[in-house]
Amino acid sequence: MNAGGATDRKQSLSVLCGKWFAVGLLLLLAVLLLSAAAPEKHLSVYSTAANYSLPLVERDGRDYVGLLELLEPLGTVSAKSEPPRWRLHYNNVLSEFAVGSTRARIQGRDAILPTKFLLENGRGLVPVASLASILPRVLGGPVTVHEESGRLFVGSVATHFTASVSPDDSSRLVFHFTSPVNPTVATEPGKVYLTFNREPVTSPASETLTFASKAIPSATYSENNGAAKITVNSTIPLLASFSNDGQTITLAPTKSQPASSTAATISASTPPPANPPAQLPASNPSLPISRRYFAIVDASHGGNDRGEALSPSLAEKDVTLAFAHWLRQELDSRGLSTLVLRDSDVNLSLDDRAAAANTAHAAVYIALHAASSGHGVRLYTTLLPYSVDYDNGPFRAWTTAQQSSVPLSQATVASVATALKKDEINVRSLTAPLRPLNNVITAAIAVEIAPPASDISALVSPAYQQLVTSAVADGISAIRSQLGAAP
Amino acid sequence: MISPMIPRSLLITVSVLLLAVLGMSFYAWHMRGRAAAVPVVATDTRPVVAPVAGPTEAVTLFVAYDDLGVLRAQSARIPMPSVRQQRAEELLRALIALYLDKSSPHPLPPGADIRGIYLVDPGLAVVDLNGAFADGHRSGVLAEELTVASFIQTLAANVPGILRVKILVEGKERETLAGHADLSNFFDVSAVNQLTSQLQATQ
Repeated sequence: MNAGGATDRKQSLSVLCGKWFAVGLLLLLAVLLLSAAAPEKHLSVYSTAANYSLPLVERDGRDYVGLLELLEPLGTVSAKSEPPRWRLHYNNVLSEFAVGSTRARIQGRDAILPTKFLLENGRGLVPVASLASILPRVLGGPVTVHEESGRLFVGSVATHFTASVSPDDSSRLVFHFTSPVNPTVATEPGKVYLTFNREPVTSPASETLTFASKAIPSATYSENNGAAKITVNSTIPLLASFSNDGQTITLAPTKSQPASSTAATISASTPPPANPPAQLPASNPSLPISRRYFAIVDASHGGNDRGEALSPSLAEKDVTLAFAHWLRQELDSRGLSTLVLRDSDVNLSLDDRAAAANTAHAAVYIALHAASSGHGVRLYTTLLPYSVDYDNGPFRAWTTAQQSSVPLSQATVASVATALKKDEINVRSLTAPLRPLNNVITAAIAVEIAPPASDISALVSPAYQQLVTSAVADGISAIRSQLGAAP
Repeated sequence: MISPMIPRSLLITVSVLLLAVLGMSFYAWHMRGRAAAVPVVATDTRPVVAPVAGPTEAVTLFVAYDDLGVLRAQSARIPMPSVRQQRAEELLRALIALYLDKSSPHPLPPGADIRGIYLVDPGLAVVDLNGAFADGHRSGVLAEELTVASFIQTLAANVPGILRVKILVEGKERETLAGHADLSNFFDVSAVNQLTSQLQATQ
């Protein structure tokens, strides 16, 4: 009896172990599947007003985008939700959508959407497939949509390019672009990738280019998830260099690197650390700097952090984002490559903002704030905190990382203040205990924009936004040589 | 008359319980009468700390003015205790009273107060604000830094020896006052002194 009972117990135990093993295996598979999930989809929008990126949401197997967010950087837009109706005013054009319906009215005329209109938390979502038909009527101009790759061109903004092997050296490949570009450059054995996340680069006549060169036999053009990519196939290691104000990129063997052009360090971009370090490695002046962006523009607040309630319906986070888009455009137009750190309504911690700015090695970091009190613009450099942490050799204390860049930040504020005064904008320069200015290792300033008079609605006026950002960009541009020379 | 079906022991038990109920009812009625005779105090207004008394003293308050976005040094006479920590508390309470006034130049939310100030280390002052102070404070870089500079400069000008200040809310560290002014670090009094000079200059 006892022996039989022991055998039964062993069998039960082995069955139980088997079950737990199966459950564990399923959990492992689930984790693996989740970790291999597709990255978030984006729609890149290119226009003369601004280039920006928006997240897409998938509903019933179709990609949707928020129409209000899409139009916001392009003009004066407002939306009113009265379920089941959702009305949108863009400049003088009224559009009306019905929740769950494929019918809409734009400027008094019917429009048919390929799939139904959705309303989620007051946010009107339209299918990406409908943009080619509805946007020309809303914007009053031509629009080109690359639906599969998530790219949208408003007007004639496309950047075209040609690629050819240098006549005197077949191991050099030269790209000519119709506008300045600043792609991410990455390599792997036998390939060089140029990825254009913000430039409206479009396909050449043929997506596969072949060259009469053994070193560089071909290149291919592709688009995916809001970005364009050129893949160059090569048999030798290549280095990219930029010239002609960013309109020419030359890929050449390392030894034949031209001395006159600016070399781009080829490296995959590294994500910012999730947690702030206690100390940061200081820049070594003897090493070349991998600088993808000249300026980092940070639209402060975002997500759950609404910032100041400027009016019952106007949050600071939305105003800073609009100003950030304008400022990027103004800086870009002056040849200063710019990254907007928060490009949509997302949560971003102060530590992450500082880490991203430091990782990018930009020449200047500009945090944007908006306020209802006072008039004009207030410029801030950091009020350094009392620190018990000290720099340790090449490592800088996190709380006072800005210390050595304070003079450069003050010079930047002075330059921007001069430009603002020139445009007769009321300006004041102060220090402030405002993070993450103290954690940034490069020149770092904050710009707090208040309305020009008592009317708070001026903060959303495109004319005022452009006036201020144009002056700020002038000020940054005036000090570019000093900023660019800084490590 | 008594039913022979009910045992005697049960009758006795029920009788004892009945007597107990009557006795308890009488006692409760008696206690209720005594309680009603005691006068009820609606709110306990007794002070929890000794009132500040004695001669007043001239102090300098650094008062924020929102209309111009400036700090102004202002003389005032307030009762000042001799203990250093209590002096610091009285200074900030005088400032808060000013800001809570109807004609305040820098309004603070109703109920704003300090829970205490601790001079825990030579050179360090820890200011503990209440939740109403921070939760209802207006948001904005300048609006928040005016409050912070006003408090720290007033403390530094009237309580010698303070080199750094830490601001807590309800006894805990908080990232910002109302979304902007950093409270996660220690304030350097000498740096705030320079900020005050900037804030004293009108535009």
